Amino acid sequence: MLDGCGGEAVAMAMRIVTEMGRVQGAAELVDVNSAHIDSCLYHGLSGVEFAERLVARGGRVSIPSSLNVGALDLLHPEKVRLKDPERDYARRLMNAYVALGCIPTWTCAPYQAGYRPGLGENIAWAESNAVVFANSVLGARTNRYGDFMDICCALTGKAPLTGLHLTQNRFATIEINTSGLSDKLKRTDVFYAVLGSWLGRNIGSEIAVFSGLPGVVTEDQLKSLGASAASSGGVALFHVTGVTPEAETLEKALNHQPAKQVIHLTAALIATERDRLSTTKSSHLDAIAVGSPHFSVQEFQQLLQLLDGRKCRIPIIACTGRHVLEELEQRNWLASLSQAGVDLLVDTCVVVTRVFPKTSGVLMTNSGKFAHYSPSLTGHDVVFGSLEDCANSAIAGRLVRAESSWV
Amino acid sequence: MESMQARVLLAGRARGPVLKLETDISFWGGVDPRTGCIIDQRHPQYGKAIAGTILAMYRSIGSSSGSSVLLELFRRERAPLGIILVESDFVISLGAVVAREMVYADIPVVCVDPAGFSALPHEVEIYPSGLISVNSTRV
Repeated sequence: MLDGCGGEAVAMAMRIVTEMGRVQGAAELVDVNSAHIDSCLYHGLSGVEFAERLVARGGRVSIPSSLNVGALDLLHPEKVRLKDPERDYARRLMNAYVALGCIPTWTCAPYQAGYRPGLGENIAWAESNAVVFANSVLGARTNRYGDFMDICCALTGKAPLTGLHLTQNRFATIEINTSGLSDKLKRTDVFYAVLGSWLGRNIGSEIAVFSGLPGVVTEDQLKSLGASAASSGGVALFHVTGVTPEAETLEKALNHQPAKQVIHLTAALIATERDRLSTTKSSHLDAIAVGSPHFSVQEFQQLLQLLDGRKCRIPIIACTGRHVLEELEQRNWLASLSQAGVDLLVDTCVVVTRVFPKTSGVLMTNSGKFAHYSPSLTGHDVVFGSLEDCANSAIAGRLVRAESSWV
Repeated sequence: MESMQARVLLAGRARGPVLKLETDISFWGGVDPRTGCIIDQRHPQYGKAIAGTILAMYRSIGSSSGSSVLLELFRRERAPLGIILVESDFVISLGAVVAREMVYADIPVVCVDPAGFSALPHEVEIYPSGLISVNSTRV
């Protein structure tokens, strides 16, 4: 491939893949079965120049390659306030990745849009939350591929054989024991966003296995945990005893070795972490946003139940993918959502592009990832709460937050 | 410290003031791709410029869009002159590798151990061999 017999674009991609393999000390490359491409999100003209160079050189992906969010809502263009020339660059970038043969999924939750690699399958995924989900929840094998590497792996079908592609690097080294926390707390969705935030800040480059969590942790809770942990830290893999596929038992997750460290979580520690996710004590709210990672059908169902036919004074912006939008249409839920004041944003989300009318204010969210990135990317301070808190606050038109669920 | 030997991830030569990050950072959401300043308000060095420095950091965290932010910093000439890591960070190395491919810039990226990291002085020169020396021409 390096010699150009696969075309100039493949040769360019192969130079980057092999150079990164050398940097990482990989002895060989491994075939990968799918890619998830984050490079389609606009950050500057450099990304456009890179993608258009691959297109101009005849690039075409060689494996199924789903696309992450872009900076535009292509179905509701008026909802994104990005101005030219950035708007034009963002569209050119999205077009370039479609021209390279990627699938226009435009979602950060490809694993809920039908792209679910199997246990032990080697893949090359980018988007930090998709990486941690694929590794942890599906047991597929990917490193935390950055922008550009994702498309280079997609063009060549190869990745350096290193890191989490190798069995010996996937075992847990630290046990996080949650048996000191109440079952009531561990059944709430919001707990998992907070747990993830704590994990990311404290685990460094070790791999954690959680013990003592209920065996019925939902997929959306694991999604929230992973996304939070990959925002506050560099987590690419975690295990949950009795839940995730490489942790049927604690001993198996630890490869039958003693843990380097066992950390016992306390309710006080979790409450402190929850408080860290908010950057203001304001009860005035300018916006409420959910859906990072992209909201699932199950999460929309929960939201509709919580709103219970009431109307929001502050609209709730729900970020989601086209795959969910289609299902909402089929279920005839769009009218109910619209009447309640839930505003759908697809193909993108509120922190990766300009959606809010103002460049400062207060955002309420149940997403650990939004809570982490909102202040720097949107200028909005954050009030963090559960989905129920978000729904109640939207209806009241000001902050309403239940404290009772935190014991 | 007069000099130390680093492990070379990307060879190159650079000289400049060291900006040592006190905690890890995500380039995406942590550094403004237009100005090269730290914009994460929770970061202790909020507001500092990484442009024109020898950036010393344990590793990057967070988003895999970090490589894009770094590449844009190279295109705008707002990037660090060299990067000293403790862990061989994928997202950072990738941004630098792609910058070479796009002929935007050609900076050294090297790794040192935690003791070496702690001992880094205010100004250094990185050589293609991985040697890091205190800059004797410091003003």
